[in-house]
Amino acid sequence: MSKAQRKSPLLRASLSLFIIIWLIMAAFPFLWTLWGSFKVELDFFSITDWTDALTGPRTEATYGSPFTGAGYEGAWIQEEFWRAGINTTLVCIFVVCTSLTIGTLGGYALSRSGFKYVFWLLIAALIFRAMPPITLVAGYLLPFFEWNLWGHLATTVIVLVAINQPFTLWMLHSFFMKIPKDLDESAMVDGCTRFQAFRHVIIPVMWPGVITTGLFSFLLAYNDFAVTAMLLSKENQTMVPKIASFLGTTQTEGNVMFAVAAVVSATAPLFVLVMFFQRQIVSGLTAGAVKG
Amino acid sequence: MKHRTFFWFFLPSGLAMLLFIAFPIVSVLIQSVYAPHEAVLVTVENSGPFGITKSTSIDQEATEALRAAEPLGRFVGSQIYFDRGHLAINELASLWQTTETWGDFTSRLGNLPFYRALSFTLTYTFTTVPLLMALGFMIALAVNTLPGALKGLTIFFSLLPMIVTPIIGSLILFWMIDSRGVIGSLLQYLADDPNLSLKASTPLVWISIIVYGIWHSAPFAFVVFYAGLQTLPQDTLESAQIDGATRWQQIRYVTIPHLMPLVTFVALIKLMDNFRVFEEIVGFNAEAHATSLSWIIFNDLGGETRLLSSASATSVLTIIGVAILLSPVLVRTWRDFNEKSH
Amino acid sequence: MKHFKLALLSATAVAAFATTSYADGHANCGIEAGRVSIVGNEFPAIQTIGSGAKACASDTVEVKANLTADHQKINVAGMTGNPAEYTTAIVANSSIVALMNEDVIRPLDDLVAKHGDGIKPNQLITVGGKVMAVAFMANAQHLVYRDDILKEAGVEVPKTYEDMLAAAKVIRDKGILQNPVGGAYKAGWNLAQEFNNMYIGYGGQFFKDGSAEVSINNEQGVKALEMMKSLSEYMNPDFLTHDSNATSAEWKAGNVALMNMWGSRTGALVDAEGTAPEVIEHTSLASPMTVGGGSTAATTLWWDGWTVAKNISDEDAEATFLAMKAAIDPSILNETTTPQAVWLIDGYEPSPQSAGVFGAVEMAATPYPMLPYQGLLHTALGAELADFMQGKESAEQALADVEAAYTAAAKENGFLQ
Repeated sequence: MSKAQRKSPLLRASLSLFIIIWLIMAAFPFLWTLWGSFKVELDFFSITDWTDALTGPRTEATYGSPFTGAGYEGAWIQEEFWRAGINTTLVCIFVVCTSLTIGTLGGYALSRSGFKYVFWLLIAALIFRAMPPITLVAGYLLPFFEWNLWGHLATTVIVLVAINQPFTLWMLHSFFMKIPKDLDESAMVDGCTRFQAFRHVIIPVMWPGVITTGLFSFLLAYNDFAVTAMLLSKENQTMVPKIASFLGTTQTEGNVMFAVAAVVSATAPLFVLVMFFQRQIVSGLTAGAVKG
Repeated sequence: MKHRTFFWFFLPSGLAMLLFIAFPIVSVLIQSVYAPHEAVLVTVENSGPFGITKSTSIDQEATEALRAAEPLGRFVGSQIYFDRGHLAINELASLWQTTETWGDFTSRLGNLPFYRALSFTLTYTFTTVPLLMALGFMIALAVNTLPGALKGLTIFFSLLPMIVTPIIGSLILFWMIDSRGVIGSLLQYLADDPNLSLKASTPLVWISIIVYGIWHSAPFAFVVFYAGLQTLPQDTLESAQIDGATRWQQIRYVTIPHLMPLVTFVALIKLMDNFRVFEEIVGFNAEAHATSLSWIIFNDLGGETRLLSSASATSVLTIIGVAILLSPVLVRTWRDFNEKSH
Repeated sequence: MKHFKLALLSATAVAAFATTSYADGHANCGIEAGRVSIVGNEFPAIQTIGSGAKACASDTVEVKANLTADHQKINVAGMTGNPAEYTTAIVANSSIVALMNEDVIRPLDDLVAKHGDGIKPNQLITVGGKVMAVAFMANAQHLVYRDDILKEAGVEVPKTYEDMLAAAKVIRDKGILQNPVGGAYKAGWNLAQEFNNMYIGYGGQFFKDGSAEVSINNEQGVKALEMMKSLSEYMNPDFLTHDSNATSAEWKAGNVALMNMWGSRTGALVDAEGTAPEVIEHTSLASPMTVGGGSTAATTLWWDGWTVAKNISDEDAEATFLAMKAAIDPSILNETTTPQAVWLIDGYEPSPQSAGVFGAVEMAATPYPMLPYQGLLHTALGAELADFMQGKESAEQALADVEAAYTAAAKENGFLQ
């Protein structure tokens, strides 16, 4: 905000209050889960009384202390959650890279072409996105088994990239629309080919949009359940289906505290990631590369 | 841009979508008008650890011939679309004739699975989308005024509801709103009703899922709007200030128009996502109170015997539903597009 | 009727979670060469089978196992191709139907004739005279109760659901527990299963003889629903969201004194961390209850067993048969593996935990029907009964809805014209 206008104390106070209330709403369930992950199941669910989750009487009765790392030990050591972590890392890296590479090319093309088919392509992409993923995945099973593609990380990466492509295209299309056409067109007047213009003029200024889009691709890959649960074999399982498998089935008991500890563990790397990239977003955008 | 250049730029992305989305959609369309062959049933005697029982089984040899003759199944046209599990044309007609009042008609309509699912799906979509966009916009404006050091932390915590997997996020919330959970207990205390349960009454389950939906998706609107705010043209803003525009007028006439393409974008994505609401229902164990179109598909595919044709028909209906829902936004995009290309 | 204190068992039950290790005596299981690929659920007993089969691996024999809770969603697709990805699927009596409907598993008669020594005749699942699967464990839902609370209330252990209601009333009236009855009544599969139990208990028949035409909208159906409604009045008001996990948690917290629960879950009821000491000490098992003066137990019997894929070479089929046979060899039973299930394997000594399931077998309870269209009815029941349980519609209306939903599904699948 510019110096020309100062905020009144009232506005400042209500803004702070709003932010604080929102932060409590946003963060409380996670802090609660983080706290609860060091308890035993019955305390965490507080089926007897909600205060059990705070004080942990049953945890104390079992382990002699109101905190226990049993959930983490079980998930990471006994159930080898780290394997799922490695798989998730691989899937995320490849999904984000592939998705952004082909998405920026496609999104750039869509933003710079004025023909009618661009509109219809965008609409088609939207319709594609309307397809419920469970139906898509159910349709993949038979051919994937037939062609021996089922169960591999690579297959899942490609499917996730494809399923997320409509979103990526739309998002990057909007961002590229904001980059003035004169920028690359003047480069082409200077003798660059379209690709060279893209390479030397557009790529340096596109990062804010690309990073935001990449963040969403990452989250999609990181959080996906429908695709990963159905298309990955047990040894290639990623974190989310692994967590779901801790929850048990109708006829057998799961271990919910493993799941809770794993949820907390799975959220931790996101902390680092977001802290890192939010700086990229802010600095990239305020550097003045993109003028509205 | 020339057609040729466009083609090469768009090829990888287009190919991925063609192979993994367009072809499956076509196969789903075909699947929805074909059904499995009539099964030739035979009475057989089964035995196992618990003794001998008389049972029925499929005569595979007799059925095999039918399958070989028509591998796609039997053609049923629109029959599945109109049966009780979907649009229920016959049931609808008889309801129309037997009910006297509109109230009676709509309440009995809720007994048909498709319409029951549709009523929740639409309510959910049309309440969550505007509210989550408003909330996201307010957070974006508020965070934008924070000093640098606080921004990072606030952004991280604001993103938490979105970055956690929906199926797990809704489970966590589901545990917390239990009548003995922390939020459930708080509400009981506030409402002064020790027997209040958010899970046992249909309206309260709906409200819980809607609140969860807003909570879960507001960060998405927030982060998109926040990124948009970073490109806000400072000179326009300053000239508005010099002209004596109030803060509200600046937001109304500078910020919102600048963010409009992003508003359209967020609305598009969230209308579509929320129309396909599914994980929330599973996470909240809410099948008894609320179902959605995607949940019907899941239920058809998840049973002991899978109903592929039925699931395909519901998927096609979902796509049509999304297309209808998005048509106003699409018309807008069409106009924008024509303006920009001329 | 058998009653056992589960507390005696908690020590061994804890051991059940420890790593499995046993004699790898069956070095190559008599397999020369071939490919074995297993798909199945992931609970401990099946993990034991999986590692048992893996012990047969050698330079010429490849053994893989994909044990996951989602096995039912992938097994048909994974056995359809030629050659099939999976050479064997571990299934139960409900889920073998999907494999038989799609004709992806082979009759095992020739393999049983050649290599079947050591498999007990009652382990063979035959359909129309053909062996389709080999069962290795059994399961059933049965009564679990808290002997201390029943004693305090001065009631006998219920033998019928009517007794259960009466006992629940006494417990509530005496102020011992507000909601003494537990039950996995979650809308969907669980609720449908409870209806199946009750309907069988009242002597109902699901279908008209020899046809796929459903007939549940009758006196037995209405009675079954009314009994479920009466029971639900003594349950936690959120019962429509309680699956068997949630119901077990209620039990472990000591909020419930009577419930109908899966035999396979009873071990975990007393071994989980933090379970109240009085629950550990006083959890007891009994045979399934009857209802409405009938003599048929209001429950169903279940088996788990393995099958062999149709679309694989005979060599692979033989290798698979031998590996799976080795996996259910009596030698796999030891301290760790014995409490994992009610094994149907020779040499299995029934443990106190298996009392309820054995009770069900002794009462000659009805096995869960292996009809090609039973699964469709199960899904229809799960989706349509919740309205009745919430008091939104009458029992007759709910059952009519179930019949209509089933009929639409059965027509689509070609079971009805």
